[in-house]
Amino acid sequence: MAHNILVWIETFRGKAVPVSYECLGEAKKLAKGGTVTAAVFGENATAIAHEAITLGADRAIVCEDATLVDYRAEPTIALLAKVAIDLKPTVIMAGASTRGRDVSSGLAVELEAGAIADCIAIEEQGDQVVVTRPVYAGKLLSHVVVKTTPLIITTRSRAFPMPEAVAGKFGEVTAVAPVLSEDQILTKSLGFTVEGEGEVSLNDARIIVSGGRGVGGPEGFKPIVELAKTLGAAVGASRAAVDAGWIPYAHQVGQTGKTVAPDLYIANGISGAIQHQAGMRTAKIIVAINKDAEAPIFKLARYGVVGDLFQIVPALDAEFKKRLGK
Amino acid sequence: MNIVVCAKQVPDSAATLKVDEQSRVSWGEAALVINPWDEYAIEEAIRLKEKFGGKVTVLTVGPEQSKEALKQAVAMGCDEAQLISDAAFEGSDALATTHILAQAIKQLGGVDVVIFGKQAIDGDTGLVPAGVARRLNWPLLSYVAKIDELNPGSKSIKVTRLLEEGRQSVGSKLPVVLSVVKEINEPRYPSFMNIRKASKLQIPTLNAAAIGAEAGKVGAAHAAAQWIKVFPPPAHAGTCDIIAGDSPQAIAVSLADKLLAEKVI
Repeated sequence: MAHNILVWIETFRGKAVPVSYECLGEAKKLAKGGTVTAAVFGENATAIAHEAITLGADRAIVCEDATLVDYRAEPTIALLAKVAIDLKPTVIMAGASTRGRDVSSGLAVELEAGAIADCIAIEEQGDQVVVTRPVYAGKLLSHVVVKTTPLIITTRSRAFPMPEAVAGKFGEVTAVAPVLSEDQILTKSLGFTVEGEGEVSLNDARIIVSGGRGVGGPEGFKPIVELAKTLGAAVGASRAAVDAGWIPYAHQVGQTGKTVAPDLYIANGISGAIQHQAGMRTAKIIVAINKDAEAPIFKLARYGVVGDLFQIVPALDAEFKKRLGK
Repeated sequence: MNIVVCAKQVPDSAATLKVDEQSRVSWGEAALVINPWDEYAIEEAIRLKEKFGGKVTVLTVGPEQSKEALKQAVAMGCDEAQLISDAAFEGSDALATTHILAQAIKQLGGVDVVIFGKQAIDGDTGLVPAGVARRLNWPLLSYVAKIDELNPGSKSIKVTRLLEEGRQSVGSKLPVVLSVVKEINEPRYPSFMNIRKASKLQIPTLNAAAIGAEAGKVGAAHAAAQWIKVFPPPAHAGTCDIIAGDSPQAIAVSLADKLLAEKVI
């Protein structure tokens, strides 16, 4: 069945965030000949709209008004709801980021429509769109359907591939006016401190090198950070390491941290408690390096090394520096 | 300050879950606890009350047994608790839950701040805080890692939000809906006095009529999103290949060979 789909392209400082384009690629597949409209608001929206068209959108709606430069839920939801009411899409999609979650839920209320968060697969059974999403922190999966139109879906980071760009593809880009004026918006953005600039973000990482209780202290993260640099990887941590104050919370992977889905996850000195597994079990290849041969992480791992991470990790770093010419 | 915390009762995070052919989920002997994220919300609400005076009311939507979670919240220091419960609510999705909670908050009246944990560890949607904010038409400050300023006189609030790229500083007006992340505080343990208070507390139950919930917006029959099947994730294929060697260098060489062959680097 063909679907007309509206995709919210989330931006940060004049660039689209990767999960939005992954979502756009999946929208194109689901549309089956229906129209995919990208909605891009804020700084650089027109340029991003043209980029979105090369990545799968048929057309785009943009708003570069000053009220939408720094993302805020109120004006974004108000304008998206108006666009949705005008276009009457059957499906609305966004990335399952912090902002995407808020926007999808606000839209669900505005449109009295069902929302599904954290989609990792979409299939059509007859006329019904069936969405797969993790529940209970990924210990179980569920198939969810929505009986309202539109159906609102957010897709999880790295659940879908980045679409290939079609160079020179053209589509109509329409500018629209905002719904709320600045004096109608109660929330004011007062500043943004970017953290981990130049570091790879956990959400988008293809490779994650992670440390747990076994690293023993803040100093113990040094070889882990070094290996991550060599591999172009993000640095993760278990709750034990974060709670001990060895590394900031932003690095925590697991039930009360981030859920990640890299191609490669190297767990160093992490025993693999069920709460940690909840955040990383969908990694394609898991490597466990741990002194304790009985650690539960080895049950999840494709490759394991029973040994001292302070010997193995630097050796692995040296070896990859050689192989990758770094 | 009139503060409301919305909390949920969930199976313990360490529980091993089972699911049967009818998609019914069970957790054996594991305890039902306050959703871990909500403990941060409760702690923050109590801290606001300690600083500015007023009271903290904890709400939960759920069956009778959810009163245990409410008692736990009172044992931590919440002043009042309400169970929002009705057979008609069974099977509600996130959208329906936002209606129920928004109605319950409206019925309380005069609320300045509503605090949620960022999501519940069972359904894991994280949709409810933003939806309740829209229903109330109050500003939403989600993923709050710190309340930097709160001025009950001018009804203004300034917070730091923890997002993917870093920290956003945001100001807004009361009444407001907040969702909080783990970094915001360290939840306290219940005190002996408060445990005694909680054990004696008669917790009122409010049904759909008492909060003015619309029958057409709640329950399984009106849930827009429906779980049609729940199932365990595919088992991890294969066993762990233990890499051994005479030296760390030898192990590193074999492991690097394997990982490059897997084409994940």
